[in-house]
Amino acid sequence: MLLDYTTLKLIWWLLVGVLLVGFAIMDGHDMGVGTLLPFIGRDDVERRVIINTVGPHWDGNQVWFITGGGAIFAAWPLVYATAFSGFYWAMLAVLWALFFRPVGFDYRSKIDNPIWRRTWDWGLFVGGAVPPLIFGVAFGNLFLGVPFSFDTQLVSTYSGSFWELLSPFALLCGVVSSAMISFHGAIYLAHRTQGELQWRALRAAGFFGGLMLLAFAAAGVWLWMGIPGYVIRSALDTAAQPNPLAKTVVREAGAWFANYRHYPLTSALPAVAFVAVPAAQALARSGRTMAAFWASALAIVGVIGTAGAALFPFILPSSIDPNASLTVWDSVSSQLTLTIMLVATLLFMPIIITYTAWAYRVMGGKVTAAYVRENSHSAY
Amino acid sequence: MVTEQVVDLSRLQFAATALYHFLFVPLTIGMVWLLVIMESVYVMTGKQLYKDMTRFWGKLFGINFALGVTTGITMEFQFGTNWAYYSHYVGDIFGAPLAIEGLMAFFLESTMIGLFFFAWDRLSRKQHLLVTILMAVGTNLSALWILIANGWMQNPVGAEFSYVTMRMEMTDFWALLFNPDAQAKFVHTVSAGYVTGAMFVLSISSWYLLKGRDVEFAKRSFGIAAAFGFASVCSVIVLGDESGYTVGEAQQTKLAAIEAMWETEPAPAAFNLVAIPNEAEMKNDFAIEIPWVMGIIGTRSLSKEIPGIKEIKARNRERIVAGIGAVTALEALRRNPDDARAREAFERHKADLGFGLLLKKYTANVSQATPAMIDRAMNDTVPRVTPMFWSFRLMVAFGFGMLALFSLALWYSVKGTFADKPWLLRWAVYFLPVPWLACEVGWFVAEYGRQPWTIYGVLPTHLSVSTLSVESLYGSLAGFVGFYTVLLVVEMYLMTRFAKQGPGSLGTGRYANEAHA
Repeated sequence: MLLDYTTLKLIWWLLVGVLLVGFAIMDGHDMGVGTLLPFIGRDDVERRVIINTVGPHWDGNQVWFITGGGAIFAAWPLVYATAFSGFYWAMLAVLWALFFRPVGFDYRSKIDNPIWRRTWDWGLFVGGAVPPLIFGVAFGNLFLGVPFSFDTQLVSTYSGSFWELLSPFALLCGVVSSAMISFHGAIYLAHRTQGELQWRALRAAGFFGGLMLLAFAAAGVWLWMGIPGYVIRSALDTAAQPNPLAKTVVREAGAWFANYRHYPLTSALPAVAFVAVPAAQALARSGRTMAAFWASALAIVGVIGTAGAALFPFILPSSIDPNASLTVWDSVSSQLTLTIMLVATLLFMPIIITYTAWAYRVMGGKVTAAYVRENSHSAY
Repeated sequence: MVTEQVVDLSRLQFAATALYHFLFVPLTIGMVWLLVIMESVYVMTGKQLYKDMTRFWGKLFGINFALGVTTGITMEFQFGTNWAYYSHYVGDIFGAPLAIEGLMAFFLESTMIGLFFFAWDRLSRKQHLLVTILMAVGTNLSALWILIANGWMQNPVGAEFSYVTMRMEMTDFWALLFNPDAQAKFVHTVSAGYVTGAMFVLSISSWYLLKGRDVEFAKRSFGIAAAFGFASVCSVIVLGDESGYTVGEAQQTKLAAIEAMWETEPAPAAFNLVAIPNEAEMKNDFAIEIPWVMGIIGTRSLSKEIPGIKEIKARNRERIVAGIGAVTALEALRRNPDDARAREAFERHKADLGFGLLLKKYTANVSQATPAMIDRAMNDTVPRVTPMFWSFRLMVAFGFGMLALFSLALWYSVKGTFADKPWLLRWAVYFLPVPWLACEVGWFVAEYGRQPWTIYGVLPTHLSVSTLSVESLYGSLAGFVGFYTVLLVVEMYLMTRFAKQGPGSLGTGRYANEAHA
C-alpha cells in the first residue's frame, strides 16, 4: 500500500471536508440564487435573468452533492448508514426539496403562463432554501450528540424523532448555514447581473453577510458556554481495524474547543470567516465581483472548517451511548478501499475542475433581459 | 424492531423509486447517441435540418432528463436512509463504484448537458459536437459504474468477510471491475436504452408522417432511428443477459426459476415455451417443450448440465446447515475476539455464513434452528417461479416484437418507401410504450430473481434494512409515490405538448405549428 492506514484515515477526513466545502461553494451558490429568486426578481423577465445565471451550471454543481453522498458511502460507510437512517425525515425533506430543482429549472419557462411560472419559482425557492437549513440543523446536532446506539452485530438503532432535531442551538446553526448560502448566492448574482438587479443582490449580500457572522459568533459563544464536548478517554490505536465499540468516550465542558487549544493555528479558520465576509461585500460593491465570489467561497471554507476542526476526530457523537460515537478512526472503510478511492479522487478531481471552469468561461458574462428575450425558446 | 412489515415496506419503496427512476434512464442513455449521430451529420454536411433535429429531439431529451436527475438523487441516498445495515455491511465494496460514478461520469454528463443546451452560439460547430459526445460518454459511463455495483450484488467477487469490523471488505478491486456479470449486464442494459431511444424517435416521427407534417424532418429522423434501433435490438437479444446466466450461482438460480426447470435434465436441456408452474408440488402442471434449446441458450454448449430447482435447493440446504456453525462462531467471536476455538470454527464455515443468516428470519438464536426452520429457509433460496417465468417471457416477446418492427423499418427505409406504408407507421406509433415495458419487466426479472438476498449468498434482504418504524415507512412511501406521480404527470404533459407541436417549437420559422411570442 502507498500510505499507512492512519494517514489514509486523516486524508479522507480532509477529502470529505473538501467535498462538503466544494458542494457548499458550487451547489451553494445555485441554492442561494434559488432562495433569493422570488424576492429579488420582481417580474418574469427579471426572474428569467436570475435563473439563467445558474441555468447552464446547476446540474453539474448538484453532482457535488451526489458525489459527496457516494464518497461518504465509500469512505465512511458506517456514518452513511447511521446518519442517513437516523436523520430519516430530515434527509427525506432534503431530497424532496431537491426534487423541485431539476423540474423547476427545466420546465418553468417552457410554458407561458403566469401561474405555472410562479409555482415553479416557489419550487426553486424550496429547493434552494430547505437543504442548507437542514444541513445546518444537522451540523448543530452533531455538537449536541445524536441518540443512536449499536448492538454487537453493529445494527444501529436511532431513538430520536425529527422534531427533537429542532433544538434552539441546532436552529441557530441552521440560520448560520442558510444565511451563508444566501450570502454566497447574492454575491454570485451580483457577479452575473447588472443594473437594478445587481443593486438588489448587493443589498441582500449586505444583509445576509451580517446575519451570517452574527449567528456564527452567537453559535460559537453558545458552544463555549453551554455545550459539553466529547473526548476519547481510552488508549487510541489509530491504525487499528475500525470498531466503533472499542473505545471509552466521556462528555466534558469545553471539549469542543480542545483542538483550538492544542493547535492554535486552527483559530485561523473562524478568523478567515470574519475577514472574508466583509471583504467579499466590499469587493462586490467596488465592482470586483469575481474576487468577491472567491472571498465569499473562502468564508464558506472558514465556517465549515471551524465546525470540522472543533469536532475532530468525531464525526457523529452518540448522546445515549458516547462510547459508540463514530470517529475518523473507527467508522472508515478498509485500507484498500480508501487507497483506491484516493487514487480515483486525485485522478478525476483536477479534470472535473478543468471542464467546470471551461463551462463557466464559455457561458461567462452578464445575463441580461435582452439575452432572455432573444433566446425566449431555448433559455430557461 | 425489524418486523416483516418493515422489510416488505422497505422493499416496496426501493422497487417503486427504482422503477420510476428507470422510466427515464433508458431514454436518456439511448437518445444521447441519437443526438450525437444527428449532430455529427450536421457538422459533416452543414445542413440546417440536422441541427434542427438535434435541437428539437434535444428539447424532448431535456424534459426527460430532468426527471431522470430528480429520481436519481433518491437512489444515491436511499441505501443509507432505508438500507442502513446493508450500507454498513457492504459499503466498503458497494460504495466505491457509486462514488467513482459521480467523479468519472456524472460530473461530466451534467456539466456538458448545460453547454449542450445553452452554448450553441458560443462554441464552434466542432466544439459543440465534442460537448455532445462527452455528454454521451458520461451518460454511458454512468451506467457502467452503476451496473458494476449491481453486478456485485448478483455475483459478489473480490471481497471477504471480516469478523473484527463485522462487514465485507474489498480484497480485489479488479475482480469487482471485471466481474463478468457486470459486463453482461452493462451491455444488455445500455442496449435496451438504445432501443428505447430509437423507438421514441421512430414512433414520434411516424406520427408526423401519418399526419403529413414536417415530412422531410420526420423522414430523416425515422431513417436514423430505424438503423440505430435495428443494431441495438440485435445487440439486446444476442448479447442478452443470458450470456451471463452460467456465471455464479445467483444467475443459475434465476435461470432455473425463469425456465421453471424443477429437475436437472441431461444436457442439452429442453426449453419450456409455455408452462403452468406448480410451486407446491415443484412441477409443471402443463408445459410445451422445445428440445435442446434451453441447454444451448443457457450454456452455449451441448454437453453442460443446467441444475434444476430441486438440486439447487438440496445444495442450499447443506450450506444453511454449515452456515449455522458460521453464525454461532461469529457470535462467540463478537463477544470474545480471542476465542481460538470459535475462530477455528468460523474459518471452517465462513463461506456459508450468508446461508446461516437466512435463518435469522425465523429465529434470533440460529444455533437452535429446527429442521422445519431450515426447510423454510431452503425454500426461500429460490424465488417464486410463476412471476419469474412469465415476466421473462413477456420481456422476450417485447424484444422480438421490436426486432420485427425495426427490421421492417430498416428494410423499407433502405428502399426509401416507408413513408407510403401507413401500416408500418401505425405499428411504430402503437409500439411507443413497448421498450419501457420491456425495461421494467427486465428489471423485475433481475432483481426479484435475486431474492431472498440483497447480496447473493452473503446478506439476506431481511437483515439489510434500517431499523425504522412502520409509520415512517408508510409516510415516506406515500410521499415518494405522490411526488413522483405528480412529477410524472407534469412530464408527460410537457412531453406530449412539445411532441405534438413538433420542430415548430424551436421558433425558427421553418416548420409547421410555429411557436408564438
